[in-house]
Amino acid sequence: MRDVRRGVLFCTILALVLLVGFSDLAWAEEGPPGSTSPWWVWPLVLLFFCFVLGVIAVLAGVGGGVLYVPLVSGFFPFHLDFVRGAGLLVALAGALAAGPGLLRRNLANLRLALPVAVIASSCSILGAYLGLALPTNVVQICLGATIIFIAVLLATSKNVERPEVKNQDAIGAALGMSGVYTEPWSGEEVEWKTHRTLPGLVLFTVIGVMAGMFGLGAGWANVPVLNLLMGAPLKIAVGTSKFLLSITDTSAAWVYLNQGCVIPLMAIPSIVGLMLGSFLGVRILAMAKPRYIRYLVIGVLFFAGGRALWKGLGL
Amino acid sequence: MERARTVGKGDASMKDSAKESREQVVYANLLFYGSWISILLMGITYLIYITGLLDPYVPLQEVIRYWSGPSSQYVHDARVPVGWGWASLLAKGDFLNFIGIALLAGMTLICFLTLIPAYLKKKDLAFLAITVVEILVLCLAASGILGTGGH
Repeated sequence: MRDVRRGVLFCTILALVLLVGFSDLAWAEEGPPGSTSPWWVWPLVLLFFCFVLGVIAVLAGVGGGVLYVPLVSGFFPFHLDFVRGAGLLVALAGALAAGPGLLRRNLANLRLALPVAVIASSCSILGAYLGLALPTNVVQICLGATIIFIAVLLATSKNVERPEVKNQDAIGAALGMSGVYTEPWSGEEVEWKTHRTLPGLVLFTVIGVMAGMFGLGAGWANVPVLNLLMGAPLKIAVGTSKFLLSITDTSAAWVYLNQGCVIPLMAIPSIVGLMLGSFLGVRILAMAKPRYIRYLVIGVLFFAGGRALWKGLGL
Repeated sequence: MERARTVGKGDASMKDSAKESREQVVYANLLFYGSWISILLMGITYLIYITGLLDPYVPLQEVIRYWSGPSSQYVHDARVPVGWGWASLLAKGDFLNFIGIALLAGMTLICFLTLIPAYLKKKDLAFLAITVVEILVLCLAASGILGTGGH
């Protein structure tokens, strides 16, 4: 157990050292950052960095996109347009890989996800165009503020495992937003239903816009809305949120792809690195629950959010 | 106040609904194979790209000059096609990678198509309508007809 903790701590420190080291390298050069380095350096660094990020993201219980976009845009020489394009593909790959398992275990529910997905994915297209139309510094400032808000949310929100739902509302009942899932450990079958469907759907318009605008996976926002507002049990909220990302991020990813914002040389090492890291993270998670990693990630998000604000304000 | 409740032993109908629906299983299976094929394709095409087996459209050493500037500059200066223009450049090492990327981004659309016959069969008109609208939204995003721009 101690070895696992040491390993995780080592990976985290290594990732931070890499960040600082390579960002110094990029900033120190004159002209376009990175232009004098051989082309293979950056994909290799990204692959390794994203691998470590994938391990940390799983252990901290956050999506890869929410760490990838602020850290890579803040500390690597890539323009925010390409980072957001790659960030959406990173979040999409993770969600698509997790989706089948969640659907088969009934932890992601189509009847809960589909109505929400229509709204969120439509709005993510709007967000993607908004993000590409606004000046980069404005998007960077908004991104910084959002990342700091996410850090506060992670530090303060207390999700409820099985929220109390007095009566299902008319919309939720009409759409059949209810179901049963089986607890894998005890075999217990748990019935659930949702309420406050309309305010939930309204909030998903905002979540969709933010997902498209910043290229973030929006699990950090989906889970509290599904769980705390709409009353879905935590397991259903987490599973449906992850599945939902595969739909929401698809719309925005196409916009970035069609606008020339995806550079395979940097996008593919990011996707592969994060996915491989996530697999290792899941294995480590089975052995230990390093709670301190979550606090470390909250600290890193504050740092990355501050850096995005700094860059956006041109300080 | 009613909590999410544990299902009783005699509650047979509820136990049935604990099983995932058939359309959900079909969706999951298709998503599973499609996602992993696209990731495998990405790995293979990336190796072809970086080993130089196929010449890239934008030389590798030039790409790192463009990625620190806005996407509009990359598109303009490197003459990178927007929309589905990449499909005509699949013989180039860099654009070959878009096969896997497009499949990854297209899997959701493919999976949604399987839901139409399932909801038709169930005569579930509300979810049929939701599915059709979602397919239209995804087609709109993928088509690129909403215009091009960027900074």
